[in-house]
Amino acid sequence: MTTPEPRDEADLSEAIRSARGPLCIGGGFTRGFANGGARLSLARLSGIALHEPGALTLVARAGTPMAEVERTLAEAGQRLPFEPLDLRALLGTSGEPTLGGAIATGASGPRRVLVGGARDFVLGARFVDGTGMVVRSGGRVMKNVTGLDLARLLAGSHGTLGVLTEIALKVLPAPETARTLRLSGLDTAAACAALAAALSAPLEVSGAAFDAEGGIARLRLEGFAASVEERAARLAERLRPWGAAEEDPDTDWAAIRDVRDFAGRPGDVWRLSLRPSEAPAILARAGGAQRLDWGGARAWLLLPEGTDLRGWLGAAGARAVLVRAAPDTLHALGRFPPEAPAVAHLSAALRERFDPRGLLNPGLMAAA
Amino acid sequence: MQMPPPDPAILGRRAEIVARLRAALPGVPVIDDPAETRAYECDALTAYACPPLCVVLPGSTAEVAAALRICHGECVPVVPRGAGTSLAGGSLPTADSVVIGLARMTRTLEISAEDRFIRVEAGRTNLSVTQEVEPLGLFYAPDPSSQLACAIGGNIAMNSGGAHCLKYGVTTNNLLGVTMVLMDGTVVEIGHPSGEALGLDLLAAVCGAEGQLGIVTEATLRLVPRPEGARPVLIAFDRSETAGDCVSAIIRAGLVPVAIEFMDRPCIEACEAFARADYPLCEALLIVEAEGSEAEIADQLARIRAVAETFQPLEIREARDAAEAARIWLGRKSAFGAMGQIGDYICLDGTIPVSELGPVLARIAELAEGYGLRVANVFHAGDGNMHPLILFDANSADGLSRAEALGADILRLCVERGGCLTGEHGVGVEKRDLMDAQFTRDDLEAQMRVKDAFDPRWLLNPAKVFPLEVSAGRRAA
Repeated sequence: MTTPEPRDEADLSEAIRSARGPLCIGGGFTRGFANGGARLSLARLSGIALHEPGALTLVARAGTPMAEVERTLAEAGQRLPFEPLDLRALLGTSGEPTLGGAIATGASGPRRVLVGGARDFVLGARFVDGTGMVVRSGGRVMKNVTGLDLARLLAGSHGTLGVLTEIALKVLPAPETARTLRLSGLDTAAACAALAAALSAPLEVSGAAFDAEGGIARLRLEGFAASVEERAARLAERLRPWGAAEEDPDTDWAAIRDVRDFAGRPGDVWRLSLRPSEAPAILARAGGAQRLDWGGARAWLLLPEGTDLRGWLGAAGARAVLVRAAPDTLHALGRFPPEAPAVAHLSAALRERFDPRGLLNPGLMAAA
Repeated sequence: MQMPPPDPAILGRRAEIVARLRAALPGVPVIDDPAETRAYECDALTAYACPPLCVVLPGSTAEVAAALRICHGECVPVVPRGAGTSLAGGSLPTADSVVIGLARMTRTLEISAEDRFIRVEAGRTNLSVTQEVEPLGLFYAPDPSSQLACAIGGNIAMNSGGAHCLKYGVTTNNLLGVTMVLMDGTVVEIGHPSGEALGLDLLAAVCGAEGQLGIVTEATLRLVPRPEGARPVLIAFDRSETAGDCVSAIIRAGLVPVAIEFMDRPCIEACEAFARADYPLCEALLIVEAEGSEAEIADQLARIRAVAETFQPLEIREARDAAEAARIWLGRKSAFGAMGQIGDYICLDGTIPVSELGPVLARIAELAEGYGLRVANVFHAGDGNMHPLILFDANSADGLSRAEALGADILRLCVERGGCLTGEHGVGVEKRDLMDAQFTRDDLEAQMRVKDAFDPRWLLNPAKVFPLEVSAGRRAA
């Protein structure tokens, strides 16, 4: 398979125009997507175009390594607010995660529960659609309602509407300090209730996770030291009905974010998107090893290979994404759940207009 | 401002169309008396008005769908309307269009304290949502200044902001799902209370689409915990540039205040004359608000003060209690009323990068002088969303057109400096013909393809957002 590596938008446009068949678009190809098509790598479309700390703004090309983005922001005491996932350990992949990959896949981590996900921080984007047309949407300012919001539509579209080339993001200050409180010996129902109680209080909890195997719920607070100390005391008070909360200075939130507990363990990995109040009942039926994030709005499940979780859960299965499985399981079940007919019709109509030849990651989000 | 000529065939079938709507919608008001349709001839952009063919006021999603099916079958354009508070003419009718108003759809459908969301019908006012969930210690964060009157459906159409979006984001960041009716009457459910899109993020396309894609009839809104308290500090400067630099420095210091508001001298003077808030008379004034517990507020205000002092401000005035806080906000909140006392004005809402504040304000003053008009500036400084208010005399023959020409120049300036035409009001008809300044034909083509997918006949909210010349081929099809 040839691997075209365009250096700029014009190159990319040409590569798409001249493509003879399906393309497999990626930055570092760390997310384990493959469709048999020619790889189209964005790795050379790299570099930070602008970082204006006083305006909380970063503009970078899609192939910019995440590590470079994070380093640049850290030098100014800032960071990407949405805590992008790095699934290399879980998926057993290698390569360099890129900014474009994180945005295109909507790779949002634990902090989403407080500040929002990847798409919430997208201020603008440039992309090349499936006809080779170069498009700019949004801009670099925080408030912008000029025209339809294609940048946010492209975020999470997994490259199926267009190939991102440049992204403008809102960034946030990195906090002075972070602390984690831990509750032990909980079942899923108690944990979801405790996490909801914490998230309903004005304490700015920035991580709310539960390890169902260990029975441990963890809550993170970030900010200025004095404020975090005060909020930690109040959070412990609020959590008292579920036991005595302990400080847990060893918590590795990056490991929680990346579900590293499931790395190297055999089985398929599924992701469920839930209403936290409905999570305990659904998860009790789902079985397997479970990790919860976002206060119970996201669940990671490790299930025996080949399990058809969607079939098993019925209606709730419509919110299940297959993250890691053998190729034949992925092929049989599909990564993403089927959409309701009216929504599927709109999604298909959009793809038909943005990618009429079906070149861009076909089969990844919807059946090709 | 041009609008396409109404379709004479539709005007000629008016009685039939009204009869069909009435027959399909028993008990639903279908207004066709010219004396009554005049109430719908414009929104808050009152400079333009046109009574519609008729007005339908459905009471449910099913009724909206029934009305749209008929309009679709008859090939009649439809203008969705929330509370009619758009400053951009987002719900300006055409003579051959049916207005579908959501004013009767105000019910609460579900509240979940545990999952922190509320589901309401889209005719609900913004403020009433927050009022309803206040006893739970929660609130709905986007707070456009029209929040007492504006409808959630309109907020979604325009992706409304407010004074507190530096911290909480705008509508798109607080919207979890919608029930929407497509032009052909199909009802679609988009989004989920978890807020996560598993397929294409259609909700992102719908929010801010100005009614081009469908009529949102129900909305699931994210609720956030209400902070314990908030207090502002007022900081006065002798130069606008210094105020702009101070905003950047506050943000660089790791602070994300819940609001940073800016006022220039003409605005300060007008507010003083009107509201007597006892503001210092100076070139530029910032109001910076911190929120949290009492200790957190005190800590943040101390940090803000420390940053501000390095810029040699003329004065720093910290609110020590609720009364002083209200006094600091009094002038800012009465700014629009104060300007209205002086004369007629148009309000722009272009956005710029904060670093461009000084040069942009200087250039606005030059442009205004060139037109012989006065401009006052209020500004959500934290997010760069300007609100230049152009004063003019509506009784003079060319008053409005000169003010509009200056407004267009100011918005082009915002785009040149890295910003955009509109930060929160929307394009509507007002900025439609300026879209070329910000977008290439290909950029607009891509946006129009989204509309093609949702509204292939181009019947929804006609002649808005896209320059007429650019959309001509599609509208004629």
